[in-house]
Amino acid sequence: MTNVKDYIRQDKLPHIWCPGCGDGTIAGAMIRAIDACGLTKDNTALITGIGCSARFNNIMDFHTFQTAHGRALSYATGFKMMKPEMDVLVATGDGDCAGIGGNHLIHTARRNIDLTVVMINNQIYGMTGGQYSPMTPYPSIASTAQYSTFEYPFDVCELVKAAGGTYVARSTTYHINLTQKLIENAIRHKGFSFVEVISQCPTNFGKRNKMGSPYDMLMKQKEMSVTVEQAKDMSPEELEGKIVIGELVNRTDRKPFDEVYQDMVRKALAKKGEKL
Amino acid sequence: MAKTFKLHVQEAWCKGCGICVGFCPKKVLEIAVNGKLSVVRPEECVGCGQCQLRCPDFAIEVEEVK
Repeated sequence: MTNVKDYIRQDKLPHIWCPGCGDGTIAGAMIRAIDACGLTKDNTALITGIGCSARFNNIMDFHTFQTAHGRALSYATGFKMMKPEMDVLVATGDGDCAGIGGNHLIHTARRNIDLTVVMINNQIYGMTGGQYSPMTPYPSIASTAQYSTFEYPFDVCELVKAAGGTYVARSTTYHINLTQKLIENAIRHKGFSFVEVISQCPTNFGKRNKMGSPYDMLMKQKEMSVTVEQAKDMSPEELEGKIVIGELVNRTDRKPFDEVYQDMVRKALAKKGEKL
Repeated sequence: MAKTFKLHVQEAWCKGCGICVGFCPKKVLEIAVNGKLSVVRPEECVGCGQCQLRCPDFAIEVEEVK
């Protein structure tokens, strides 16, 4: 097993996440995936936005950068364009990526920039005090919905697929080995790779919705999950309230934006008789 | 000969969420009165590594004793 501690800033531990939060488990899976792909600390960048997911850059020992709320993908785009040889990962939350940064997500996916995005979907704005997010299931209690939410969440993986993302996958913190494998595939994939990881927020989501201990929340994820293969034989009614896990999209027919751009720069310079 | 395992717990990092206690197949772990993890039946450990894999706080490590 990879020694996860080699990639962690141990002086920053214990981290600030609540007891039972899925973020730490996902950070571990991410580190194991990065190690399995053979990425080095010096050649890897981790960009985060704001929220609980933003604390990834505090504990993980890579080139890290915490950016404005919802804008992690925009900063990562700039980073990748400037340093195309580096592997750029983005850790973001559901409120950060699908809520506040929704438009950035659409256009980064459309451009097919070679980024690996891990969206931690804890189904709530956790750090800011439990406001409901666009991913909060209907109906649930949140600090801004004391009786119940009255809107439906949307399927962010379908959105990325429609926008042109070339690798889309979903997993949960219960299926942590699958999460690691999907992140590995996402890092190896050339182009925009998006992995949604359903996580548990025991403090701001679980407690209000009487979902029990962090362990009970993980078991609930297990009950709700169906694999992509199983989902093929199920009707939309049967899939209601289920989490479809596995690789949803994996296409190689589109070149990544940064490659196309570099080709263009080379072509333009060649016209002038110069080299990159 | 059966393998034996040693569990290293970083008590300062443990927040006592109880995920490892739930996943342990041999009931080796318990949350002590101080709200931290305690290894109560170390001899029962089979080294499956579930606690280390799932701990959100990087607080537990399984080592095989040679």
